[in-house]
Amino acid sequence: MPFEILKKQELIPTIHLMDISAHRIARRAQPGQFVILRTGETGERIPLTIADFDRENGTITMIFQVVGKTTMQLASLSAGDELRDFIGPLGNPALIENEGTVLMVGGGVGVAPVFPQARAFKEAGNKVLSIIGARSASLLLWEDRMREVSDELYITTDDGTKGHHGFVTDIVKKLLEGGTKIDRVVAIGPPVMMRSVAGVTRPFNVKTIVSLNSIMVDGTGMCGACRVLVGNETKFACVDGPEFDAHLVDFTLLMNRLAMYQPEEKLAAEKYKCEREGCTC
Amino acid sequence: MLERQKMPVQDPQVRRYNFNEVALGFTQEQAVEEAKRCLQCKKPSCMKGCPVEVKIPTFLNDVAKGEFDSAIKEIKVDNALPAVCGRVCPQETQCEQACVLSKKGASVSIGRLERFLADYERKRGAEIPILPKPTGKVVAVVGSGPAGLTAAADLAKMGHSVTVFEALHEAGGVLIYGIPEFRLPKDIVSSEVEYVKKLGVEILLDSVIGKIETVDELLSEFDAVFLGTGAGLPSFLNIDGENLNGVYSANEFLTRVNLMKSYRFPEYDTPIKKGKRVVVVGGGNVAMDSARCALRLGADEVTIVYRRGEEEMPARAEEIEHAKEEGIKFRLLTNPVRIIGDGRNWVTHIECINMHLCEPDESGRCKPAPTPGTEHQIEADVVVIAIGTSPNPLVPRTTKGLEVSKHGTVIAKEDGATTKEGVYAGGDAVTGSATVISAMGAGKKAARAIDAYLKGK
Repeated sequence: MPFEILKKQELIPTIHLMDISAHRIARRAQPGQFVILRTGETGERIPLTIADFDRENGTITMIFQVVGKTTMQLASLSAGDELRDFIGPLGNPALIENEGTVLMVGGGVGVAPVFPQARAFKEAGNKVLSIIGARSASLLLWEDRMREVSDELYITTDDGTKGHHGFVTDIVKKLLEGGTKIDRVVAIGPPVMMRSVAGVTRPFNVKTIVSLNSIMVDGTGMCGACRVLVGNETKFACVDGPEFDAHLVDFTLLMNRLAMYQPEEKLAAEKYKCEREGCTC
Repeated sequence: MLERQKMPVQDPQVRRYNFNEVALGFTQEQAVEEAKRCLQCKKPSCMKGCPVEVKIPTFLNDVAKGEFDSAIKEIKVDNALPAVCGRVCPQETQCEQACVLSKKGASVSIGRLERFLADYERKRGAEIPILPKPTGKVVAVVGSGPAGLTAAADLAKMGHSVTVFEALHEAGGVLIYGIPEFRLPKDIVSSEVEYVKKLGVEILLDSVIGKIETVDELLSEFDAVFLGTGAGLPSFLNIDGENLNGVYSANEFLTRVNLMKSYRFPEYDTPIKKGKRVVVVGGGNVAMDSARCALRLGADEVTIVYRRGEEEMPARAEEIEHAKEEGIKFRLLTNPVRIIGDGRNWVTHIECINMHLCEPDESGRCKPAPTPGTEHQIEADVVVIAIGTSPNPLVPRTTKGLEVSKHGTVIAKEDGATTKEGVYAGGDAVTGSATVISAMGAGKKAARAIDAYLKGK
């Protein structure tokens, strides 16, 4: 069942937005959930977090960063093209309640899945503080959208080209140390960032939720590729998550398992580049 | 008369390096000769051994006369997937075990003849039976594995309109993701699926029921629902080191190889770790399949570790024999204790302990117990855990009033009726992991029960 791409846009270098026509999934999608897609007959199944959804128009928005062959292929597609498979909504929805004050932390492409949650927390009556970070000002994602749904928005860049010169964790720490009352933290971004945020919030005993981007195949609990250790118990990120209590997650294991196919991923990406650029290696 | 026709097979030393089918199938002459061995018993016991009630002596009689077209038509009255059953049914414990010839010598090779006929028909293009007038009733089938496809085909042949919802991107369930190409070529599964579609069944892929739609919602659009959701949740040993890189559930290992075709990486995008020394834990068909896939991916040594003895192995005798011929090593009465890594999260060894058998347990098999002081390590860069599966809780958890057992299996009567009105279930979802043919038998019974239910509605 092919799924039409309605919109495709490079937001910032290497980060793309894609709207997919998927009425049945859009009807059901909730913040925190993900989809699995396949570009074509020989393609692999990759999970991507839902960045937004439009129930009326029946669309799902995804934001992805080009990191390997499949995302390179995705980036080469345009509006009017089709995805071979698009499966969802998978995983558990984020728990959105009126907690009081929530701190939303998005790093890099992780800002995209943070956005619908920030909006939902705002709609649920929370005071929403947000921090978005990137390596450099030109790589900041969705600042405008995040500003719209946040009571306060902090920006950090690793190189100091915009906002605070440093990491998102610096702001998390400053807020907590400054006595800002925070009832819940949601952090989505690279595993290193999520681990650091967990480390900062732990001594303050603030409930911190992270979304884990494990390697998956089916995404329905069938294969166990996405095994993560949470509170010393093995969980499947696809059906038990993808969101977990950050203070209980074994991030070292997560990162080790994410690196499992690095040589194969490199080979596939190089082969794809070669084929596209017509070299004969 | 007492000797069976020999099944031509690929040489073990050749086939261990390829994914092509192991058994090559009877020639026409062989098929006729083999079918002539049938005694045409007045009270055929073989039929009682068939979960889908194929009229075995009738089709064998046709084959003996060289009337292959009528023979396959006869099978298809009762069995929509003969090319599959002829390959993966455990005939030695079903129809062939019940064959009177097996008491004197060797039974008629019923399964191989079924396969021969299905292959004969496929080459010529399958004939579609004349369907009855539509009843106007609509039925949803969840899952396109053996139970779902059988229920769908039978319901369609009864005149009902059937829609199948499949979670994966290809139809066939375990026939596609689980059983390897060399035992059940995927082209054959596809053509069996095509046949079911030609009966008018619509198959919606990429549709995870419980997520995109619940069973309760299906009931507002359909007159009845059949759950053939299988047993897709992998069991792990719950020992140290199971999350090391290189440790797979058999489900993941086989799904990567079969569904995603990772044995053809990088032509296909999905990678798999091709171990040099692979250990597979378990003694069922899935363990044999995993071991034989690992070998074909290029392993130097593949070892099966099983906690009981060979007699207790649940795998088909033929599969154990094929695995041995291909050079798979068996370490029986051996059980894993922990899996050891290299400090960077990659598996290097599996530590096992010797077992000995004690009194029979509730399953009737001897209960294995560890022999203290016999711990030893086996080198491994890939470990596959093939110790069984249980039903996926996705559908039961999202369906009001659908009761499950403490093992997570859907509670259903003999005819498939569940605790929820209008919802029927069958196959591994009800029994826990079992065989393709028992799932098909359950799909067939449920189709009859659904038909009766719809008539009374």
